[in-house]
This record gives sequence, structure tokens and C-alpha cells, in this order.
Amino acid sequence: METNQSSAENLAYAKSGPGRRTVLGAFAAAVASGTARPAAAQTTPTSPTPTLTIGYVHWLHEVDTISYIFTPAPDNGRAGAEVAIVDNNTTGRFMHQNFALDTVEVRTDQDPVAALNTLVAKGIRLVVTDRPAPDVLKLSDAAAAHGVTIFNAGAAEDALREEDCRGNVIHTAPSFNMLTDGLAQYLIWKRWPRWVLTYGENSQDLLLAAAYRRSAKIFGAHLVAERQYKGKAGSRETDTGLIELQEQLPVFTQNLPDYDVLLCADTQSVFAAYLPYRTWDARPVAGSAGLIPTSWDPNSLEFGGRQMQDRFVAYAHRFMTALDMNAWVAVRMIGTAASYAQSLEPDKIMAYMRGPDFQLGAYRGLSLSVRDWNGQVRQAIILSDSGRCVVSMSPQPGFLHQRTVLDTLGTDKPETTCKLTTAQKG
Amino acid sequence: MITRRAVLIGVPLALAVAGEARAAISGMAYASNEKDNTVSVIDLAQMKVVKTVPTGQRPRGMDLTSDGGRLLVCLGDSNRIDILNTKTWAVEGSINTPDPEYAALRQPGNNPLYVSNENNALVTVWNIDSQKMLGQVPTGTEPEGMAVSPDGELICNTTETTNMAQFFEYPTTKNVANVLVPPRPRWAAFTHDGKAVWVSSELGGTVTVIDTKTFKILDTIHFAIEGLRSTFIQPVGISITHDDKLAFVCLGPANRIAVVSVPEHKVLSYVETGQKVFDANVKKYLLVGERPWHASFTPDEKYLLTANGLSNDVSVIDVAKLRVIDTVPVGQQPWMVLISPS
Repeated sequence: METNQSSAENLAYAKSGPGRRTVLGAFAAAVASGTARPAAAQTTPTSPTPTLTIGYVHWLHEVDTISYIFTPAPDNGRAGAEVAIVDNNTTGRFMHQNFALDTVEVRTDQDPVAALNTLVAKGIRLVVTDRPAPDVLKLSDAAAAHGVTIFNAGAAEDALREEDCRGNVIHTAPSFNMLTDGLAQYLIWKRWPRWVLTYGENSQDLLLAAAYRRSAKIFGAHLVAERQYKGKAGSRETDTGLIELQEQLPVFTQNLPDYDVLLCADTQSVFAAYLPYRTWDARPVAGSAGLIPTSWDPNSLEFGGRQMQDRFVAYAHRFMTALDMNAWVAVRMIGTAASYAQSLEPDKIMAYMRGPDFQLGAYRGLSLSVRDWNGQVRQAIILSDSGRCVVSMSPQPGFLHQRTVLDTLGTDKPETTCKLTTAQKG
Repeated sequence: MITRRAVLIGVPLALAVAGEARAAISGMAYASNEKDNTVSVIDLAQMKVVKTVPTGQRPRGMDLTSDGGRLLVCLGDSNRIDILNTKTWAVEGSINTPDPEYAALRQPGNNPLYVSNENNALVTVWNIDSQKMLGQVPTGTEPEGMAVSPDGELICNTTETTNMAQFFEYPTTKNVANVLVPPRPRWAAFTHDGKAVWVSSELGGTVTVIDTKTFKILDTIHFAIEGLRSTFIQPVGISITHDDKLAFVCLGPANRIAVVSVPEHKVLSYVETGQKVFDANVKKYLLVGERPWHASFTPDEKYLLTANGLSNDVSVIDVAKLRVIDTVPVGQQPWMVLISPS
């Protein structure tokens, strides 16, 4: 377990970027660190700026992806939180607020609760994590005793928002239901209502498949057939792999009733990416490959997204993933609530964040806010052409809701099984 | 209800409103087309594009010198601002500065130029004749809106991601105040008496009126349109008449321009932009294109032109009638429209 303190002192927009941004990046760093403070930078330079340190329990693990270019970087998620710290401090230097990130990296075989405890021992009360669902639950239960709030940036399982919901968790990751609803709305808008659902063997695949069944019911699509993909494909690295795949995948999708779209639920990157162009019938693929619902895509440039992408690439020297965005949202939610609440006290920050006035701009058109019934962050869902370009963004035109159109995505208040006490809702 | 809106927008609208009778207008308007890297030159007498000027990459913010002789165009992706001669359309000079989004000239004197460098959290200050940088000032994240008070003594910048209206003094650029406003402030416009600055918040859906002496928030103007969800009301550009009576606020995806009483901070009506609604209140609504971003008055303030980012056109609003009377197709994704002073 390694502790890595990242603060205003060592975070600036350009880490070591080449080219024109280096000069200004260095300038920004100098301003942030106080070594070069122009006359205009501060109106109240007398007292030292108070700092709020946010914790990050980062899951250090290797993921095998079918597409080599989408292999997650070791700082996947964490880099998003770090850029958000810089963003917070860019405002903070005018608001007399400073933010720092204290990251603990935890391998799969290590105990995330021990990592949490080291952060809690330092007085940290707001902790972001990208650990998987069972760990989010462990962390939130351990955190509750210390008045700590957990920001779930990684786990999409709906149970965390429903039957296993906790009052001290904010979910910046969209749930499976939100993702599948986002895709479903688009397919219905497109008038492609006849779906075939394929899914893998992993327990998360089964949950994601269930989410597609639910979305089909809600938005009036027809699941004309379902197939489970068994066994590992994984033959891409052998010389004959491609030949094998182009024979295996057509067989897997042979003899289906007439359909419009082939959906795939493959959370572990086992087979979905092999489906496009290999289906028996000439049909588009959507879900875990083809047209992918996600909270972020590095090609999303609308709504000021270009600035976010540029800032992120300059900092991390790679493209910004959905996990980076979910972590960025968590840290920016804290920073934004702190500036409006004009306080660095975690209780005041959380009260503002859960309150009716909170809104965060996150480059997806409609602003993000918190569902008071289960702590889920409502957000638009991007439909990505496998990371090549943005095809659309849901909610789609015509899907209406009495509160906000964003609540047409995911489990809505009347259906929720989450029961938070008033105190938990803040 | 599912509609196939994408198929329907655009063409029928232009046909529906083109060519309505209007008094003679003269002069030129310039629209910066963010996506196809051009500036469209519109002859107001003919109400059509008479020249398309190729520019560098991603032209967005623009300003004109007081005589209208030079047009400054921010080229975000080319990392420079080009100074164009509006007679010959030759590039007379360039200011090399990273990611300029918008730039405002101090008047009188056409100097200095204040530039929001969006990706670098900086406002840079330039002399447009020597094209030399005079200074730089750190701001919040994503500086965008930039305005100079009528007397030239106060500079206001809005930071999109960190939700502040920031104020700087001329000539020291000393930071004198930072005012938190609702999310994603896009634009700042001083009243002509200099007593207040109006700041639009795109995501907050509001306009904040700030006193320029005390920097206190005088009022927050909200917009409500029947049948339209509040999240679609995203105010951006603000144009205030010289007598400080009316402000026209571009509401982006709401496809409307709000008409606001400046002394009372009260919304008087909405000018519909983007779809023609045949209803009894049609007089209250003007028809222009989709997602109006920014607008400018003709010198006599009889007409207001809006740059419509989604429908690639410029709408001409008759200010007295509060109605769209013409629509001029321009380039792709027009961001801003300016009108020559004479």
C-alpha cells in the first residue's frame, strides 16, 4: 500500500507537457505554489489558505481488454481526480480555499478498509473510490462510523443504489440501469425496437443483462431472443485467432429471429468487441461494443467538453476515460459545494451538495445533481461509437419527466427500494 | 411522444420567414463560424452573405475597433487572434496567444485588448498595434465572458467551470472582486451607465445583476417558459440597448431570446427562435434559428441579429415588433455576430 500525497504544490495543469502549454502550465504551477504571485492573484493574502484534503482509495489492478488501445492506464480514475483538484484550486485561490488529494493505492489482494482507515486517521472525511461493488459496500459501512462520505466512481451495480443503499454514499458512476436506459432511448428513437440480447458468464454480466431486460420493458422494445456466450474467446494473440473468430462469432449469432440490433452485456471484455462485423446477419451491435453507453468519451467536445479534454490530455498525456470523468465529478462536486457553501467543513459541503440548489457543470449539457432518494448523481449518458466519436447523448428528445428529463434514466423515485432516513438524506 | 425533429428543423423555417417587409438597413454584419473556419460577411441592405472570409481554426469571439475598420477574430485552435482589415479582408497582424475564446477591446482608444485564454485559466492583455503582450492575470477555470466597463476602468471576466464573475481594475489588472454566480457563467455585459454588470449563467439558467461599486448581487433574474423544462433555458449572450431600457438575452437551446427590462430586472417577453408556434400569443415570440448564442444590434438599434449555433443561420429580429423578420444562412455553427458601427 502506497500513500501518495498530491496537493496544490505538485499538481498543475501541465505535468511536464511538451509544447506551448508547458510555459503557461509552469506559470500556473508557480501561481499555485506561491513562488510567483502576481499582484492580481489574491485579494486577501494575509492568512494562510485553509486546505481540505480529499481521500482516494484507488484500485491498482490490471485489466485485459480485447482492444489494446483501451487498456486502462495505472492512473485510470485517479488522474481525473487530480485534474479536478487543480480545477478546484483555480477557483480556490480566489475563494481562500485550497484542496489536496491523498491517494492510497490498493491492489486487488489488499484490504481497502485498511486504506480507508489510514485516511480517516489523518482526519479525512470525504473519500473517492473506484473499487468494485463489494468493496464500496465494505468501505461505506466502515466509513459510516467515522462520519465519512464515500464517492463511488467505479461500481455500476444498481443494488448499491437500491437494496444495499447507504446514506453516506454518493454515486458518481452511472448505474447499469442508467446506462441501458440511455442506450434504449436512442434505439427506440431510431425505431430499432427488436433486440437480441447476448451476455457473458460473469455475475456482473448477468446484472447488466437484467438491466437491458428492464429497459426493454420500460421503453417498449422487444427482446426477440437471448444468448449466453460461454467460454473465453481470448484467441486473438494466436496466429489463427482472427480466422477462428470470424468462424465462431457468426455461428454464435446464427439462426436468430429477425431483429434490429444485437445487444451485448460483457463487463469483463471477453467477447463483445469481437461481435461487430462478425454477426451472422448484417446488424449493428450495441452495449459493451459497437454503440456504447457511457458517462464520458474522449471525443465528446460539445458543451465546452473540448476544454476538459485538452486540460486532461495536457495533464495526463492520455485520453480521459469514463472512470476519470466519474472521479473528476466527485472531486469537483466537493469543490463546487465548498465554494457555494463558503466552507471547507465536510458537513456543510455535503449538506449543500444534497440540497436543492446544487448543480455541477460537467460538459454534458444538463447540469449534474444528486438524487435525494439514493445518492445517485443524475447525468446525461453519452452514446459512443466505441470511443471513436460521439453518436448521441441521452435523454433523447421526446422522453419526458415531471422533474427533470435526466430522471428518465435509471431507477426513479417511485420505484426505488432504497430507504434512507431523513438524517441520512442530510 | 417521439418526434423526428432532426428531419424537420432548418429549411421550412427559413422559407417561412424570409423576405418580410422591413425598413432599409445599411452596413455590414460579421458572423464567426466556429466549425467551418470562416467569417460570413452579411450586407444588411441585401440581407445576404456577400463574402465568406477563410480564417484560422475555430473562430469564436470577435471584437471591432471603434471605427469598424478592423475585426479581431479569436482563433482558438490556431492559438492566435487575427486582425482583419474590413475593407480588404487582409490579415493586418496577429496576436499569438493560446486558446483565445473571447477578446474585448478597451474603449476609447481601441487598446488594450483583454483576452480570455480558456485552457490556461488566464486573461492576457495586449496592445493590438504592436501585438505585444502587456500582462497576464490568473483567473478561475475556463475564463470566457469578457467585458470592459463603458469608462474603461473595470474589466469583468466570467469563469465557466468555477462559477465566478471576476473583476479587475484598469490599468493595474488588480483583482478587486470575485463574485460567485450560478453555474457556468458565460457572458458579461455592462449597462451603458456603467453602474451594473449583467452575467449570464448557462447551467444556472439565470442572469445575475452585479453592482459595479459594491460588487454586491443586486438581483438574480430567472426565466420560465410555459411548456419548456427549465434545464433547456441556458442563457448566454446579453445585448443591452444604449438607453439601458431593454436587455436581450439569448437562451440557447430554449430557442428563444428573452426581453428583459433593465431598470426593473423583469422579463417582459420571450422571442421564439427555432420553431414557429401558432398560438394566440404569437406576438410575444420571435422566430429565429436554433440555439441562439450571441446577438448584436444594428447601430440604430432597430434590429437585433442573432448567431444561431445549431441551425447555421443568423436571424434578424425587429426590435419594435419583437419578431423575426428574416433569416440569413451563414457558415457552420455561427458563434457570434457583430455589426459595423456605421
